[in-house]
Amino acid sequence: MISIRNVSKRYGEFQVLSNCSTEVKKGEVIVVCGPSGSGKSTLIKCVNGLEPFQQGEIVVDGTSVGAPETNLPRLRAKVGMVFQHFELFPHMTVLENVGIAQVKVLRRGAEEARARSLKLLERVGLQEQAHKHPGQLSGGQQQRVAIARALALDPICMLFDEPTSALDPEMINEVLDVMVQLAKDGMTMLVVTHEMGFAKKVAHRVIFMDRGQIVEDAQQADFFGAPRSERAQLFLSKILHH
Amino acid sequence: MYEMDWSSIPGALPFLWKGMVLSLELTLVAVAAGIVWGTLLAIMRLSPLKPLAVFAAGYVSLFRSVPLVMVLLWFFLIVPQLLRTVLGLGPNTDTRFASALVGFSLFEAAYYSEIMRAGIQSVSKGQVSAASALGMTFAQTMRYVVLPQAFRNMVPLLLTQAIILFQDTSLVYVSALSDFFGNAYRVGDRDGRLVELLLFAGAVYFVLCYAASWAVRRFERRIAV
Repeated sequence: MISIRNVSKRYGEFQVLSNCSTEVKKGEVIVVCGPSGSGKSTLIKCVNGLEPFQQGEIVVDGTSVGAPETNLPRLRAKVGMVFQHFELFPHMTVLENVGIAQVKVLRRGAEEARARSLKLLERVGLQEQAHKHPGQLSGGQQQRVAIARALALDPICMLFDEPTSALDPEMINEVLDVMVQLAKDGMTMLVVTHEMGFAKKVAHRVIFMDRGQIVEDAQQADFFGAPRSERAQLFLSKILHH
Repeated sequence: MYEMDWSSIPGALPFLWKGMVLSLELTLVAVAAGIVWGTLLAIMRLSPLKPLAVFAAGYVSLFRSVPLVMVLLWFFLIVPQLLRTVLGLGPNTDTRFASALVGFSLFEAAYYSEIMRAGIQSVSKGQVSAASALGMTFAQTMRYVVLPQAFRNMVPLLLTQAIILFQDTSLVYVSALSDFFGNAYRVGDRDGRLVELLLFAGAVYFVLCYAASWAVRRFERRIAV
């Protein structure tokens, strides 16, 4: 479904991504981890064209992301994305946040969009907050709204960019629970996260990145059981010890 | 010693009021047109299309580098000709109001565009990313996500600029238009009481603008909470 082939990206002199390749099949859940600055966020932002790249190719559902003739808005509407800082629209209610793209991008009728939004809010446990503004919600609630907003477009896959890194510890689980459920429902997911518990629970594969390179791309059990590279071993020993 | 004599003011009040109505009309239309055109200029300036960005930057620099009086005079001289040719108006139609409106709107748009540009840039990049990720086009992102937040952030500055614009409308005296200041001048000139009338006009401008600024400051404090 997503095919990343030899992707490289530079910011001036700085090489953010070098020669990254991987495949994501339908229904697969892949966790991308690695030290900060290793390029993992940049890599998933390349998948929906939020970040341009200079070399290589990314094909999502048969469409080449980097090709000049590609209609990026149309492609992005099929790929859901959840951000580290939620990025809900502060001037809209929760319901409007979930509904806006359904109406303006997918051209759904207002009633249909409303019904769909309420259903999704129920799914993430927030139907009672529908008429509040994002500023009145906790971080965990905001992130769940953001997930509902992305799901509202019936995406073929979901990208998560450190969805729990900006949350207070007590709110991390409410967001992870929603994501685990999503994974169990068969959603194709590419998740940048440091939550190794989540990876162990639902990930099929784990990709480990360092200095812009995919150092390891392994089945989940293999990755946690016996990481091949020294850098991945070091990384795991650092974050699993506590 | 000069003897103050305020007696010519009461009788002239209806005439002065008519001038005030014209000043306010001019202000409202120029503010509305200036904000619309200024917002478009700001979007052009920030758009990825180079020619539009260069045009908008040039436009803003040009209008911010020439005195308003001169712009008003140019339009006073050019617009009537243009309107007559384009609309086929007779030589007796009064186009002074229209030319003042056009001049003000184009001039103020340059200032409003800078305010709106700051407003647009005050909206975080993440908001734009989120809108893009939902499949919104550049125009939709601006319309539904960026501009509503930019306007909200900039309301106090937009209002302050409107107060400045109201004061600037007094410059239409160069085109002999009957605004508040022009009418006050005329009454003073007629009765030989220029000092009194100009003091009175100044006091009126002061009271109105000071009250308006005070209201803006209060409003600003309220939305800051």
